[in-house]
Amino acid sequence: MRAAAPALRQAAEGLVIPAGALLAALVVFGVFMAAIGQSPLEVYALIYRGAFASAFSWQNTLARAAPLVLTALCVALPAQAGLMIIGGEGALVLGGLAAAVIGHQLAGAPPAEMKVAMVLSGMVVGATWIVLAGALRQYRGVNETISSLLLGYIAIAVFNHLVEGPLRDPASLNKPSTAPIGDASMLGTLPGLDVHWGLGFGLIFCVAMYVLVHHTTVGFALRVVGGNARAARLSGLRVGALVLGACALGGAAAGLAGSVEVAAVHGSANASLIAGYGYSGIVVAFIARQNPIAILPVAVLVGGISASGGMLQRRLDLPDATVLVLQGVAFMLILASESLYGRFRVFQPARA
Amino acid sequence: MADLGWWGVPIGVLGGAVRVSTPFLFVSLGECITEKSGRINLGLEGILVMGAMSGYAVSYLSGDPWLGVLAAGAAGLALGVLHGLVCNLPRVNDIAVGIGLMLFGTGLAFFLGKAFVQPKAPILPAIALGGWSGSPQVRAALQVNPLLVIGVVLALGLAWAFRNTRWGLVVRMIGDSSDAARAMGYGVLRVRMLSTAVGGFLAGVGGSFLSLYYPGSWSEGLSSGQGLMAVALVIFARWNPLHCFYAALLFGGASAVGPALQSVGITWGYYLFNAAPYLVTLGIMIATCSPRHTLAGAPGELSINR
Amino acid sequence: MSESFGQMHRRELLKGLGAAGTLGALAALRSGRAAAADKLVVGVIYVGPRDDYGYNQAQAQAAAAIKKMSGVSVVEQEKVPETTDVQKTMGSMIEQDGATLLFPTSFGYFDPHILKMAEKYPKVRFAHCGGLWTEGKHPKNVGSYFGYIDECQYLNGVVAGHTSKTKKIGFIAAKPIPQVLRNINAFTLGARSVDPKITTQLIVTGDWALPVKEAEAANSMIDQGVDVITCHVDSPKVVVETAERRSISVCGYHANQAALAPKGYLTGAEWNWVTPYTMHVQDAMTGRPLVNFLRGGLKEGFVKTSAYGPAVAEGARKNADAVKAQMVKGDYVIFRGPLKDNTGKVVIAAGTMHKQTDTMLEQMNYLAEGVIGKV
Repeated sequence: MRAAAPALRQAAEGLVIPAGALLAALVVFGVFMAAIGQSPLEVYALIYRGAFASAFSWQNTLARAAPLVLTALCVALPAQAGLMIIGGEGALVLGGLAAAVIGHQLAGAPPAEMKVAMVLSGMVVGATWIVLAGALRQYRGVNETISSLLLGYIAIAVFNHLVEGPLRDPASLNKPSTAPIGDASMLGTLPGLDVHWGLGFGLIFCVAMYVLVHHTTVGFALRVVGGNARAARLSGLRVGALVLGACALGGAAAGLAGSVEVAAVHGSANASLIAGYGYSGIVVAFIARQNPIAILPVAVLVGGISASGGMLQRRLDLPDATVLVLQGVAFMLILASESLYGRFRVFQPARA
Repeated sequence: MADLGWWGVPIGVLGGAVRVSTPFLFVSLGECITEKSGRINLGLEGILVMGAMSGYAVSYLSGDPWLGVLAAGAAGLALGVLHGLVCNLPRVNDIAVGIGLMLFGTGLAFFLGKAFVQPKAPILPAIALGGWSGSPQVRAALQVNPLLVIGVVLALGLAWAFRNTRWGLVVRMIGDSSDAARAMGYGVLRVRMLSTAVGGFLAGVGGSFLSLYYPGSWSEGLSSGQGLMAVALVIFARWNPLHCFYAALLFGGASAVGPALQSVGITWGYYLFNAAPYLVTLGIMIATCSPRHTLAGAPGELSINR
Repeated sequence: MSESFGQMHRRELLKGLGAAGTLGALAALRSGRAAAADKLVVGVIYVGPRDDYGYNQAQAQAAAAIKKMSGVSVVEQEKVPETTDVQKTMGSMIEQDGATLLFPTSFGYFDPHILKMAEKYPKVRFAHCGGLWTEGKHPKNVGSYFGYIDECQYLNGVVAGHTSKTKKIGFIAAKPIPQVLRNINAFTLGARSVDPKITTQLIVTGDWALPVKEAEAANSMIDQGVDVITCHVDSPKVVVETAERRSISVCGYHANQAALAPKGYLTGAEWNWVTPYTMHVQDAMTGRPLVNFLRGGLKEGFVKTSAYGPAVAEGARKNADAVKAQMVKGDYVIFRGPLKDNTGKVVIAAGTMHKQTDTMLEQMNYLAEGVIGKV
């Protein structure tokens, strides 16, 4: 092991420590379950069954993972620049609204153009919203965690106001929605799967972002800014542009998630769009330690845990918040495990 | 009852300020202590919800709402200690831990609170301050709850303590310059953890107000960002406990604007009016922050200022 | 060492897959066994918590009743949002629990979720609570059931009209959609049938479950002089408790909240979902086709009223009982002309009667005269 390249060691460290933290989270959760009178093994088995045991569970897991991949990017990309943005929910709903509006305005256009327009409009609006939080931080010193969350709440209020007011489809009586985009314009499912294209977009976005962040000069500059903004500025890097660029990309990802929800699931924008995907994305991003490639398997894991919530409810009569507890414990332990990096000798480069 | 007409709006807002400001007050005072010691705890939202649930649960199980308040504080204390311990580990970012605590605390509260959504727990009594008024509306608006009184006393006490006691000085020194404090032999990590724990206790008590007084019932939609707004409130109040009180009143009033306007007939845009507290918070933050110089009164070690 | 590294890797992988496969097979066996028992498996899906003293609790009470029927087993899942989550939940109840009759109870589950699942599983029955099923447009294995609870809100209004001393009553609504508007108008019409000078103060909170906003709305109404309130939100618990604390009267909704307001609870408009639930279960057990459009009011036993509280005067009781008797016979029409809305426009012409089954009523978009507020 000592002879292996330092890069391999780092990669191994980056896999083993989080995996260990997740295992520890399972154990802690098991103890908690035992304390309330449930058999931890039965709970684990049900989680496995609900998430990964059959083709059906896998479809369920992947369907849930799809929006999480994109909303996690909304946290992970600004994090590369040192910003902690948690307002992805706001970008998602506004992006979805934009897609629904464009979809309706362009009624009659060829479906391919329509879909592109919807997806792009969602990304643009989502990007704008998160850039707002980034700009407030960059030029006004406002803490971006607080401002992005506040902007998230404000976005939801604006969304509700528009959907139930000026943009409401008069035919959508008992469930106020914007005008439907029509079946022809809806995004389909991935070939062979029962999961919509959101997963495909997420996969492409993650890979692209990973390449951008870890294998290009721009990505390197971004990470330097994230490490030490002052030093970056002194070295002549254009900090403002990089920070806002990262925010724009993250916001575009969340906005894309929103437009996919509209274009692939609902067909119009309504209150069902506000489903907490933004917040679950935060969990995914942190467990993946803000690494775009790691977001993919972590989203599947978190999606799987959420998917198994139904089984836990139906078979063991446990509340739906059970999976929230597991995710919360995993989150905290992953954060605590940050202190373990560099402590284990097996991962350190061989001493000469 | 006499028809108040347009006077209903300011009275409604005043009533809202008195009613809804208490959780803001407690949470912000707690966060004030934590931030003065150089740590930021964004997990207050989770602690608030956990406090609301445990307060309600214990009040129901024991029949005494004050015991519920104490239990809420204890729950907040425990979560605050958790935050402190994890943040004390090297290389751990306190903002990230706060976000994690927010999710963990909320999830745990919903999980344990499932059994308490239905039952009706005894709630805190009120102190009628408006007895002098002939108008029932003014009397109702001035129905003050004892926690608010305790909160005001606490705010005054904290303001005095930060200036005049040894502990206040120690906390402030650790918040301003951990090197200086270490040089003088004070355990930086220990003090920070204690401040976070105390902050958590107060935030838990603030949460118990929601479930044990107003609205006086436990359910999962109880808090919608109040914990986080309280953190913004502390920055707005320039880390001064007394200003926290005024700011809490302001935020409480902003929360009541929506329904007060509707009750006099202004029904347009109720979603936007309901977003008033968030808009006020954001506006205040934009107006008072600056990228160049640190804010007057800001603890030097606070990670959001570096 | 390095050569066997690769071999070890592959072996571990295969072992892992094998273990996963075995576990998976075991899992399939277990779920297979669950379906083998010859009971009718019914799945019930709630959008919120089952014990919310409101909408979901009313559904849960019906589910509890059919659980007691022999030959029926019920699986329930709560807090399922109106997204693909509910599609997956329905799918997993069908595939993993063997459910053949589903009650997805939230309004927003219908389009597109139930429709998609109904196409995918044509042998499964989907009974949706709402009222959107249209002949020719929607698949045959979907049905919608709903109750005319506005009849009970009318009775609430009658009692409120007798009880109010300030002649101001209040209604806290979540969203101004037709079902809610129908309730608001019925409440107002009931009160104004007692005294035409009564006005209803309306406050819209914006969403189905916002406890702080609901408490604020109740308080500001009461500040404005309202002394009887009712509501249409998912969980009336906060409204009822706030009313009791401020010593005014309150009419319940969805389920019975009398326990929360021993002094101020007048009466309440409750669902009696056990009636349509039982009908659907019996149809499923005997193989009769699914009834696609199921509606009923007091007459058919789809809704009921709560017992009168201590604050209800004798005159109010008599009046309400008389109207109720007519409704049970099917003789009473709430929405009849001439009726103006609160902007003065005539919405029901003189001589026109909209009986409860009239689908025009399900598209209501106005507030009746006497309601202070805008739609």
